[in-house]
Amino acid sequence: MIGILDYGMGNIGSVSYALERIGAKSAVVTDAQEIGKCDGLIIPGVGAFAPAMKRLEQLKPSLKEFVASGRPMLGICLGMEVLFDEGTEGGKCAGLGFLEGSVKKLEGAPKLPQVGWNTIEITGESPLFAGVASGEYAYFVHSYACKPKKAGVTIATTEYGERFACAVGGGNVFGVQFHPEKSGAAGERLLRNFARMT
Amino acid sequence: MLAKRIIACLDVKEGVVVKGTNFIGLKYAGEPAELSKRYASEGADEIVFLDISASEEGRKPNRNWIQLAAEQLNVPFTVGGGISTVDDAREVLSLGADKVAVNTAAINNPRLISDIAEKFGSQCVVVAIDCKREGNGWNVFSYGGSEATGKDAVEWTLECEKLGAGEILATSIERDGTGNGFDCKLTSMLADKLGIPIIASGGAGGEKDFLDAFTKGKADAALAAGIFHYGKLSIVGLKQYLKKNGVEVRA
Repeated sequence: MIGILDYGMGNIGSVSYALERIGAKSAVVTDAQEIGKCDGLIIPGVGAFAPAMKRLEQLKPSLKEFVASGRPMLGICLGMEVLFDEGTEGGKCAGLGFLEGSVKKLEGAPKLPQVGWNTIEITGESPLFAGVASGEYAYFVHSYACKPKKAGVTIATTEYGERFACAVGGGNVFGVQFHPEKSGAAGERLLRNFARMT
Repeated sequence: MLAKRIIACLDVKEGVVVKGTNFIGLKYAGEPAELSKRYASEGADEIVFLDISASEEGRKPNRNWIQLAAEQLNVPFTVGGGISTVDDAREVLSLGADKVAVNTAAINNPRLISDIAEKFGSQCVVVAIDCKREGNGWNVFSYGGSEATGKDAVEWTLECEKLGAGEILATSIERDGTGNGFDCKLTSMLADKLGIPIIASGGAGGEKDFLDAFTKGKADAALAAGIFHYGKLSIVGLKQYLKKNGVEVRA
């Protein structure tokens, strides 16, 4: 069973509908006990970094435990950003620290937020992208992007003003800046790949 | 680079999809969830549902088909029609819509745009305008194109952008349903003056019209309804045509 973490940041319905469409069992989870029972965990999220971390602070120990157990975790959009050490939206703020690096505003972008379909270039081998072609389009809604410290963590990049990591994978921790739940067949493929890891 | 978007629009009246000419003479075109799912699988980048009778009748969009659409669609979708308060917007977004479109209610109360943008972000606020050409400019109409507002399209949309609109959906009342092509002058003028994406709407009659909307019309997205509903043009074929003609599309 895949847990979808509801921590009060944005709509979780779209993710749960998408998992239903691909035939994966899922449940909305809110506390440590429920997180502990999941075979995989998705952290969705729309909004700003600091308020998200404020809400996640209490769950930090159980999320840490979850990652240490080796079970797969996938952060989507803001949920990807909080996986890193530090955010800069509205002042510096510590993240969950499961991946090394920080989150910064996109530079040189023609317009923020980036809203729409953009291509993803797959740069690293990852089970998350099995069967997904490089150059495939994904749906983005964001103004900030993750800057992983280690280059090997980046598994796909996108160009919007600058080239940024649109997907990361470090061990059992994954993150995507785009919304696989809204990215057509390619997005569903990615979610299916994640479900297969559980 | 962001792809240019093809948007399938479903005008919903009393729970079914309808299509007319110049906003009148409505014909049944299909069921909302069923039609939108088909368009998504054919390559539509986005779906817009407009409850065209909601404003006139002063009621809220029906929840049933929004929920159904959210369950079935794997692309983003917008719901408009009868959204006149922040609570209306919250309800529609919480049912799974990605964006809300406001038209008449924003004309009557422009602060609605900033209220929704502050609460849920500019990315989810689409301001729809229905325009008719007059001299060198375009007048904005409300209540499904039936009432002149006295507002100029450029002035009004600039105000919308300042208030936090994320996109402008510009429909030409004269072109709507005619198949005579998008009003490229209207969209290019808006694109020149505004920094937010412009969606061309009203008048799609063939693939060349879409190419014109993206080149001459400088639009970021083009929206059509009838031409897709009646099978006159397939989205798959349209996208291949656009790609061949140098337009960046998801195909």
